[in-house]
Amino acid sequence: MKEFTVHSGLVAPMDRANVDTDMIIPKQFLKSIKRSGFGPNLFDELRYLDEGQPDADNSQRPLNPDFVLNQPRYQGASVLLARENFGCGSSREHAPWALDDFGFRAVIAPSFADIFYNNCFKNGLLPIVLNEAAVDRLFQQCEANEGYQLTIDLHQQTVTTPEGEVLGFEVDEFRRHCLLNGLDDIGLTLQDADAIRHYEQQRRQQAPWLFR
Amino acid sequence: MAGQTLYDKLWQQHVVKQRDDGTALLYIDRHLLHEVTSPQAFEGLRLAGRQPWRLDANLATPDHNVPTTAEERLSGIDGIQDPVSRIQVKTLNDNCDSFGIEEFAMGDVRQGIVHVVGPEQGATLPGMTVVCGDSHTATHGAFAALAHGIGTSEVEHVLATQCLIQRKMKNLLVRIDGELGAGITGKDVVLHVIGVIGTAGGNGYAMEFGGSAVRAMSMEGRMTMCNMAIEAGARVGMVAFDDITAAYIKGRPYAPQGEMWEQAVAVWQDLRSDDDAQFDKVVEVNAADIKPQVTWGTSPEMVTTVDGVVPSEDDASDESARLAIRRAHEYMGLKGGQKITDIHLDRVFIGSCTNSRIEDLRAAAAIAEGRQVAATVKQALVVPGSGLVKQQAEAEGLDKVFIAAGFEWREPGCSMCLAMNADKLGAGEHCASTSNRNFEGRQGYGGRTHLVSPAMAAAAAIAGHFVDVREF
Repeated sequence: MKEFTVHSGLVAPMDRANVDTDMIIPKQFLKSIKRSGFGPNLFDELRYLDEGQPDADNSQRPLNPDFVLNQPRYQGASVLLARENFGCGSSREHAPWALDDFGFRAVIAPSFADIFYNNCFKNGLLPIVLNEAAVDRLFQQCEANEGYQLTIDLHQQTVTTPEGEVLGFEVDEFRRHCLLNGLDDIGLTLQDADAIRHYEQQRRQQAPWLFR
Repeated sequence: MAGQTLYDKLWQQHVVKQRDDGTALLYIDRHLLHEVTSPQAFEGLRLAGRQPWRLDANLATPDHNVPTTAEERLSGIDGIQDPVSRIQVKTLNDNCDSFGIEEFAMGDVRQGIVHVVGPEQGATLPGMTVVCGDSHTATHGAFAALAHGIGTSEVEHVLATQCLIQRKMKNLLVRIDGELGAGITGKDVVLHVIGVIGTAGGNGYAMEFGGSAVRAMSMEGRMTMCNMAIEAGARVGMVAFDDITAAYIKGRPYAPQGEMWEQAVAVWQDLRSDDDAQFDKVVEVNAADIKPQVTWGTSPEMVTTVDGVVPSEDDASDESARLAIRRAHEYMGLKGGQKITDIHLDRVFIGSCTNSRIEDLRAAAAIAEGRQVAATVKQALVVPGSGLVKQQAEAEGLDKVFIAAGFEWREPGCSMCLAMNADKLGAGEHCASTSNRNFEGRQGYGGRTHLVSPAMAAAAAIAGHFVDVREF
């Protein structure tokens, strides 16, 4: 997994609550058996004016000029600013894959849906929860200032604005450790293989009907 | 010391190792797989040179992509016309073959929607942890199991280690006391609950449904409620074990038999929240207050009663809600104040992991019997949840009732719930759907979904617009 330590990047504001994972990456693109290549179809129904297809040449499709990621000032954005309950709905990990493939490294919102939040950490994408007032402020600043950048430091657990305001955020110690070091958590879990085997033996005695 | 909730008990029974940072390694008893969220996980195993930890914990079936017309199903995988879907279904077959995982493949009568198949086979049992790369895994919690959806990286993690790294959630009790009115189902109850607590109301919680109305409910109704816990933000939905649970499971192929059955049932009796258990949040609902529900917008929380109207922007509590209502009006082609019964339908879909079980089909058929789908409705689909549900329905003659009324009787799969196969809405079309999500584009590009119970969907198909099933 890609590691995340410190990142500075252009911010794109997506002013919409309850953005669901169907919106982030529509179902027709889930037929792929790969993990990559979802970026051109990120937010497909909002981003283009026609219906997307897995085999379409996306460069030839009509863009929705009103959509935030199509506006010239947000080209190259790597930090997505979002509203509450971002990533709700389907558990599809294709959602963080698409955000990552597009070039996002972090998403900042007042809250995230549980499964999406968890999926982000498996893919080097950092979801940051800030309180609603702080997110409101960032939206205002971002919209008022072209080229608005934020610096995210996972060591310090801070988001720093261009004005020098420092906002702290919480993150699970284990997830932080994995992200800082780009660690694959399967390898870490397998270090506990003996504990798993021991548990399994006990369980087999207590509930033999669970084993065939 | 206060008693434990059902969730506390299930959690505690599955902790392999508690870590200092508050996370735990949790053992997974049952892992269900389907074609959409598993290929990258198997690929990951292959790249790392890993093998599945415990084969017999896994069970796979293709559902999201499979076609539902009899013609396309005749020649199995090779008959799937969409080449991308065909590759994905074939990849599941190949992966299950090469790793030795049991699969109910296309052509097997046991194939179907993974959340219908698990319980139907007795592969979902009380006291289990059940996971699957699909958010509607919450369904299995109806059996007093700890069940939730996971992403593809976690699918790989479970395959490789039989565990997940988890942090304990908070406890939420939704207590539904009293008696449900005639024609009111688990679907109406859960839509009502989502309307009350909102689509993010359950974030961070494991949600248990309790109360006398739940105790009186069938397993099908309980599964429908747990299925949609995720639409209120809760990854986990649960119902305590009781005689209804036991009666449903007994004799199913993967369920314990004979002496082991008795032993299991004795253990399962404890799978309920203690009387003095502490919940972090309790939501109380009076069952008698619940009317048939219809969603009008683009989030499951945008729901009202069949005798209600589409809300107006002025009903919004804040600016963000006002904006959401405006967007939903635009997308759905509806206006504030419009009566729900004035919404006309282009298509009707009866199916999905929420409502495609035998009881759902019976309820819809009871409405359809001796009547005709309105001429203005372009298509009314009935898609059973599994090959066995289909077989049972046909044995009861339900297929004939549907076909005589003008419904199409299809082969099992996820179908128009998420439109990954050929079953989809056209742009601007309104659909009365028994599925679980009314998100923009969910059932087809530009499609407009209204979530309802199976009886409400059948009645809407007959009338051509929404009608109160209690007066139908």
